[in-house]
Amino acid sequence: MEKFTTLTGVAAPLPLINVDTDMIIPKQFLKTIKRSGLGKNLFDEMRYLEDGSENPDFVLNKPAYRNAEILIAGENFGCGSSREHAPWALLDFGIRCIIAPSFADIFYNNCFKNGILPIVLPQEQVDELMREAEKGENARMTVDLENQEITTSEGKTFRFEIDSFKKHCLLEGLDDIALTMARIDSIAEYERNMAQERPWV
Amino acid sequence: MTAPKTLYDKIWDAHLIEESEDGTSLIYIDRHLVHEVTSPQAFEGLRMAGRKVRAPDKTIAVPDHNVPTTPDREKGIENEESRIQVEALDRNAREFGIHYYPVNDIRQGIVHIVGPEQGWTLPGMTVVCGDSHTATHGAFGALAHGIGTSEVEHVLATQTLIQKKSKNMKVEITGRLQPGVTAKDVTLAIIGATGTAGGTGHVIEYCGDVIRDLSMEGRMTVCNMAIEGGARAGLIAPDETTFEYIKGRPHAPKGAQWEAAMAWWQTLFTDEDAEFDKVVTLKGEDIAPVVTWGTSPEDVLPITAEVPDPESFEGGKVDAARRALEYMGLKPGQKLTDIEIDTVFIGSCTNGRIEDLRAAAEILKGKKIKEGIRAMVVPGSGLVRAQAEEEGLAQIFIDAGFEWRLAGCSMCLAMNPDQLSPGERCAATSNRNFEGRQGKGGRTHLMSPAMAAAAAITGRLTDVRELM
Repeated sequence: MEKFTTLTGVAAPLPLINVDTDMIIPKQFLKTIKRSGLGKNLFDEMRYLEDGSENPDFVLNKPAYRNAEILIAGENFGCGSSREHAPWALLDFGIRCIIAPSFADIFYNNCFKNGILPIVLPQEQVDELMREAEKGENARMTVDLENQEITTSEGKTFRFEIDSFKKHCLLEGLDDIALTMARIDSIAEYERNMAQERPWV
Repeated sequence: MTAPKTLYDKIWDAHLIEESEDGTSLIYIDRHLVHEVTSPQAFEGLRMAGRKVRAPDKTIAVPDHNVPTTPDREKGIENEESRIQVEALDRNAREFGIHYYPVNDIRQGIVHIVGPEQGWTLPGMTVVCGDSHTATHGAFGALAHGIGTSEVEHVLATQTLIQKKSKNMKVEITGRLQPGVTAKDVTLAIIGATGTAGGTGHVIEYCGDVIRDLSMEGRMTVCNMAIEGGARAGLIAPDETTFEYIKGRPHAPKGAQWEAAMAWWQTLFTDEDAEFDKVVTLKGEDIAPVVTWGTSPEDVLPITAEVPDPESFEGGKVDAARRALEYMGLKPGQKLTDIEIDTVFIGSCTNGRIEDLRAAAEILKGKKIKEGIRAMVVPGSGLVRAQAEEEGLAQIFIDAGFEWRLAGCSMCLAMNPDQLSPGERCAATSNRNFEGRQGKGGRTHLMSPAMAAAAAITGRLTDVRELM
């Protein structure tokens, strides 16, 4: 997994609540057996018109946001299906950070497994960043994970909270499985105990 | 004296391997269910790292999302990508030596219906699957939740997950349900009351007389949609109804092991005085047959209501409701019972069990669906299908004009050929009414199987109580 330390980039405003994972990546693109290549179908139904051409009104199709690396959205972002294709599609497009008042649990968790930083901020602060993002290319923001700070182009800073273990894993680009494999003796001991206590499992 | 614990606390504690100072914990997983859509990348990851499945005897795979449900499916899957995905599961299941129910096995079906049916799901277990509707298994008092593909790989390799404990939320439904009101109405009414983010960060325990009175099928319907309320998991404490359902199933414990299991299962309840972080109480008598009008499962109203005015909402919901009405092709003030439908879908992990088919057949018995309506029943498993045929339900559906399909996820998420066309309006017993969920531009109204059957007869959203 790629490390996440600091990121400076354009932030795209997506002022919708309850953006679900079907919206992020519709099911017809879940038939892949790979993790890569989903970026072109990110937000597919909003991003493309009936004839397959780009919808010029959709934020990520506007010249200012075509290279956006940060997404600012409404509450309950990523609700619905557990599909990790959602963060894969975001990452493949180039989004490394999402800022919203709240996230759905599974999506939130999936982001960290893919080097994406989801940031929860109070609604008023998200509203402020949303207005900032609407300025387009002139509104490059800097997200500093180590110091847990977002700095706008005008120098205003917003502090955010994050779980210390998840932060550590992102900063170092750590692979969860390798971490757990190092504790395999504890797992084996638990299994031996359970074979006695709950043998029917 | 130890502090009083909730059911969730008890199951969590029984599976805790290690906990670090900040609360990050290593949790043991008792059952890992696998389907074809969210697992290929995980198996590939194992292969590339030269790892094995740690507990193949605790890992159960079944293809469900992509499989065709038409009677000719032995001919194979036409869509190449779908076929490759199912073939990949086939190969992975055999290579890694996990339990497997292939497409042509009568026990094949939707993973969340097959697990309980085969006795894999038992009280007090931790159950995961790369699918958000894993919450279904909470009906047995099992801690069950959906995970992403990276975590699927983590569980395959280590049989554990790294997690922090969630908060405890209690949802109590008191009293009794009125005639015509089902488990689906209960679970939708809860989401209507709490919102789709109401349970975020929590594990819900459903309790109260209404929940106690539900069958296992009904309890699975309630827990299935815990995720639609934002909670990763929903739980119902096991009781006689649970034990009765489990006993004798192929993978349920037997003999002395059954006795030992029962002794533990009977301790699985929330202690008196245990504290919940959040409590929601609804009266069973206040719940009416409901339908959804919008594109979020929280857009719930009694069937007797009218389409709401977006201006009646607050904050981001005003725009969301406006957008939803535009997508759904509805106007504020329109009576819900005036909304005409094109299609009826009965099935899914929410409502694809035998009780659901019985409820729908009860309404359809001796009746015909309205001309021009496309209607299908997709049983949740091959065994549900066989039982429905034996009980004569299949014939009732066929006589009424329904298509009688083979088991799979089907039009709930439309990954197989069962899809809505743009603008097509569907009365569905599934769990999500998101934009495009059942097909690009498709319009979904969620409801109970009985309500869906009623809609099939009249061709519009209908109060099932008028047909009872």
